[in-house]
Amino acid sequence: MKISRRRFLGLGLAASGALVPLPAFAQGAGPRVVVVGGGFAGASCARALRQADPRIAVTLVEPSPTFTACPFSNAVIAGLRELSAQQFTYDRVAAGGIARARTSATAVDAQARSVTLADGAHLSYDRLVLAPGIDIRWGALPGYDEPASAQMPHAWRAGEQTLLLRRQLEAMDDGGLVVISAPANPFRCPPGPYERASLIAHYLKTKKPKSKLIVLDAKDTFSKQRLFQSAWAELYPGLLEWVPLSKGGAVTSVEAATRTLVTDFGRHAAHVANVIPPQKAGRIADAAGVADRTGWCPIDPVTFESKLQPRIHVIGDAAIAGAMPKSAFAANAQAKTCAAAVATLLAGGTPSAPKLINTCYSLVAPDYGISVAGVYQPSPSGQLADVPGAGGVSPAEAPRATRAAEAVLAEAWFRTITGEVFG
Amino acid sequence: MAAAIGLASIAAAAAASAQPPAGAASCSGCHPASTRVTSPVPRLAGLDRAAIVTAMQDFRSGKRAGTVMDRIAKGFTDDEIQAIAAWYAAQK
Repeated sequence: MKISRRRFLGLGLAASGALVPLPAFAQGAGPRVVVVGGGFAGASCARALRQADPRIAVTLVEPSPTFTACPFSNAVIAGLRELSAQQFTYDRVAAGGIARARTSATAVDAQARSVTLADGAHLSYDRLVLAPGIDIRWGALPGYDEPASAQMPHAWRAGEQTLLLRRQLEAMDDGGLVVISAPANPFRCPPGPYERASLIAHYLKTKKPKSKLIVLDAKDTFSKQRLFQSAWAELYPGLLEWVPLSKGGAVTSVEAATRTLVTDFGRHAAHVANVIPPQKAGRIADAAGVADRTGWCPIDPVTFESKLQPRIHVIGDAAIAGAMPKSAFAANAQAKTCAAAVATLLAGGTPSAPKLINTCYSLVAPDYGISVAGVYQPSPSGQLADVPGAGGVSPAEAPRATRAAEAVLAEAWFRTITGEVFG
Repeated sequence: MAAAIGLASIAAAAAASAQPPAGAASCSGCHPASTRVTSPVPRLAGLDRAAIVTAMQDFRSGKRAGTVMDRIAKGFTDDEIQAIAAWYAAQK
């Protein structure tokens, strides 16, 4: 057996006594890992932990009986897909020997290594993984509170909000005005607002061609921008207008009763208004003390352990993952990397530096797909950084057959990743 | 203490040997791990080691056209490609 210098040093530290606690395995029963959140990150991590080492007792804390996936939910909004195609149960996750706590986590005691559940129960852990996704920063955009989202849906967590936005579009008369408000960085799914604009434009073009769509943006640049804008000019000329920050695109307040979006340059009274609001890590991150002033969670790029609390790992959209975007693919890749690191740590080893991949597809039309990919590794400054020379977006000039092929690959990706996480 | 250290080193080695090399865990985001999933993207488990190496090197050099693999392969060294290929070839 080859023992790396790093692992040898790790054992040396353990042998020296109190610096490093004995591996959990040496203490009797298998170590306990609690995973909070059953999305792409949390469910992936729970399963990967059991695969990495079946001796680990894993409990998944998730109140919802089903998961509703965000990727492809823009196609539901545009009437191209049913919400049921986005929904998955935890039956197979549970069948893999993962205990389920069907409630939410309300507090974490990092010193006592205990999670408090909404029903008052406590779960002790050797390592905790938080995968809480996002929460909306209600009120950060003046006028946009929770009641306002019933008039101006965000549809940024898939489910009832997705269906509400779809129903509003279906009820709108031909010739109506649809307005999307896109937030400043960082937020879940960087290309998401622009895929949504594309597919809503497709719906309007085919069903209500006298209508108009305006995207009011708090940014001057966005993910896959040249590809989106080139496709918009080709597919939706005169129908879809993007207003960047520098042209007055930033929405400064909203008035829900009249579906009005206010900018420094004017007021837009919309028939359908989709407000994609400012976001932060899911609320258990704040309760556990792993979120910083930004509302997101700084992590070690090798282990995904919080930089603020020991033995708590944060993965997925809630984490500050450097160059990695907040995507389902990234959440799943981080989950598997984190699970391997946690298993190694619990066994008394030292995790080696990982490499991670992200691939995100967007649909500009049902048969027109584009993608962005990246490869990431820990940088000397302790962030996940792009591997130089790798990654990038689909070619700027490509035949429609290439775009059609990427649309097919996008759907294949969704089947594959949901199969791995929930199937 | 010595017994505990021995146990720790065995456990660490067992955990380490079961785990994929750097980069390999991400592949199953697109390459199905399960035989139940239908996809135009090939399963990697059990593929010939040399075939995986050749494919990655050809994507990286541009000899083989890809939709995303040309962009992803450029992020991996020869040693990393060898380790990933060996690991997937050994899977079922």
